[in-house]
Amino acid sequence: MERIDLAKTPLRDLNQFLHHEVRKKKIKQVEIINPDGAHSIAVGVDAPVKIDVRGHTGYYCAGMNKQAEITVHGNAGPGVAENMMSGVVHVKGFASVSAGASGHGGTLIIDGDASLRCGISMKGIDIVVGGNVGNFSAFMAQAGTLVVCGDAGDHLGDSLYEAVIYLRGKVKSFGADAREEPMTKADEKKLAELLDRAGLKYKPKEFKRIASAKTLYNWNADADQEY
Amino acid sequence: MSHRRIQKEDHYTFDRSTIDYIQRAAATGLYEIRGLGAKRKVAHFDDLVFLAGSITRYPLEGYREKCATKTVLGTRYAKKPIELDIPITIAGMSFGSLSANVKEALGRAATECGTSTTTGDGGMTPEERQSSKTLVYQCLPSRYGFNPDDVRKANAIEVVIGQGAKPGGGGMLLGQKVNKRVAGMRTLPEGVDQRSACRHPDWTGPDDLTIKIKELREITDWEVPIYAKVGATRTFHDVKLCVHAGADVVVVDGMQGGTAATQTVFIEHIGIPTLAAVRLAVDALEDMNMKGKVQLIVSGGIRTGADAAKALAMGADAVSVGQGILFALGCNNETYLQRGEHHSAVADYETLGTAPGYCHHCHTGLCPVGITTQDEVLEQRLTPETGAKHVKNYLKTMNMELTTIARACGKSDVHHLEREDLVALTVEAAAMARVPLAGTRWIPGHSG
Ligand SMILES: Cc1cc2nc3c(=O)[nH]c(=O)nc-3n(C[C@H](O)[C@H](O)[C@H](O)COP(=O)(O)O)c2cc1C
Ligand code: SF4
Repeated sequence: MERIDLAKTPLRDLNQFLHHEVRKKKIKQVEIINPDGAHSIAVGVDAPVKIDVRGHTGYYCAGMNKQAEITVHGNAGPGVAENMMSGVVHVKGFASVSAGASGHGGTLIIDGDASLRCGISMKGIDIVVGGNVGNFSAFMAQAGTLVVCGDAGDHLGDSLYEAVIYLRGKVKSFGADAREEPMTKADEKKLAELLDRAGLKYKPKEFKRIASAKTLYNWNADADQEY
Repeated sequence: MSHRRIQKEDHYTFDRSTIDYIQRAAATGLYEIRGLGAKRKVAHFDDLVFLAGSITRYPLEGYREKCATKTVLGTRYAKKPIELDIPITIAGMSFGSLSANVKEALGRAATECGTSTTTGDGGMTPEERQSSKTLVYQCLPSRYGFNPDDVRKANAIEVVIGQGAKPGGGGMLLGQKVNKRVAGMRTLPEGVDQRSACRHPDWTGPDDLTIKIKELREITDWEVPIYAKVGATRTFHDVKLCVHAGADVVVVDGMQGGTAATQTVFIEHIGIPTLAAVRLAVDALEDMNMKGKVQLIVSGGIRTGADAAKALAMGADAVSVGQGILFALGCNNETYLQRGEHHSAVADYETLGTAPGYCHHCHTGLCPVGITTQDEVLEQRLTPETGAKHVKNYLKTMNMELTTIARACGKSDVHHLEREDLVALTVEAAAMARVPLAGTRWIPGHSG
């Protein structure tokens, strides 16, 4: 295992090590200590490596991740795992705004709460939040799954496309075009699998399914839409 | 026979196009969406002229004396700045709005002319990556198709904050253009209207932008330049904030800038003319002592080598062209060329409710000459070979016009053109560009 101390190593060296050395030397595990809220820790990684960040991270930790399994042993700042393609990002604490924004794939697990716009523009990523999510979560979410074990704020799923939200707690309000739908067997199966991946013991039956009513998919002059 | 007089008094407030607008609104209940750019008359580069060499300055010989056009962009932080043979680049136009054939044609033409082309809202196609030596990859609010593999393949990354045709607006691609391939690249179902976001999903404001640009640099190992593109509005402050945020290159797109689909109300009523914007952008760079350190690309209504020369003289390092490229490809032509023969497209314009010379129907996806379409039949009306040849000829012509002007002004490098070489023909242009009205020393608001 490699240990990198961000108190001593410039961020640029850390990321270049993760981009090149890790691949070249087939390094399987890296520990990053003293992150101290730095931005862009472990961004653009594309290797099957396990990375443990011991502490809190700033903006965009694990941004654009491919393959890597990155665990933040602390809280994560804005845009954690933004545009992730594959792999797993696990935040042991809380996550700030725009967690998993525009994520294309892989799994983002947040043990605590996630702030505003969790899963905004998501494009295939699976996000499991152990706690609550803030306003405008899953805004314009295109594909993938957002699981919220706590409550959701205002405008949940505004302008949703094909992404699906499973919510265990209460919602303050739905956004335009989001609606509650009956859970199907397929939903329960998918949800059980996601909860299992996140190590959570809740039962799929405790959740509601929220998806797009699809009334905004194509312009309709008579529907009195806000377009 | 008595002659009956028909009274025909023009109404300036409710002219024919206004009446047509109101009646269209009444019939549809929806704002008009269209392609191309602002059609209204605004002060532009046509309102400036050059003072060439004579006795006070001497000109350079055409043909014999060299005039350099080499252009380097992204010298501030990037390990690999962009080196171009000419200062005229191809603007970002999405695959989705344009056909795959056209994207390929643009890559080929740009490569042959030694310039860059740019992706757009909808991601990078393999055809355009393959055909383009220098490809700028856009990072837009929608992030459609945005992925780290393409980030690593890009020669520069352009963070799009706004476009001149629609500053403050998001993308728009109507369902009829969203076929299987376009839908797949954008992770959306086929046939849905795409109204993409106007704000980026993971940052808001200048401080966040600084961090976002740094993230992109970290991902690309600080190798490629990062551009920031803004629609022209509060240009002085916006350019300053882009520089503060760490951009290597700032792209300023004026209100005449083209689009594939935007609300007309946006196109005509939001943003400031390119002429005003270029001066404000240069002011910002000069104010920060960053002229020459951060490069400026100007777009929005650049049509000719003269426009490019004037933009450079005003202080731009390069220009970028969108609509001009469409016209070079045959936009608004009566005919299209297929298998060596010209065929009439007039009936297809008529189906769209328009005619050659008036078309702005890119949003429909039914481009009669095969440019802004995803339709399998229509896209065959323009092959990559023909498209590339015409775009290359157009860019070459523009570049020759540019060097002709530069030589006449006594410059051995087009980047030596300066504001002092220009005067204005109208009071408006003199005020916006802050160059004197021809024959006077008067700059409105600044002297006399
Ligand atoms: C068909 C078309 C598609 C466009 N698509 C994009 C786009 O995807 N992203 C973007 O930043 N600008 C887009 N633009 C704007 C151009 O990048 C550029 O700013 C503009 O065309 C410059 O002005 P001009 O058309 O007058 O040359 C598009 C323009 C056109 C004409
Ligand atoms: S001819 Fe094609 S590219 Fe030109 S305005 Fe019409 S639809 Fe757009």
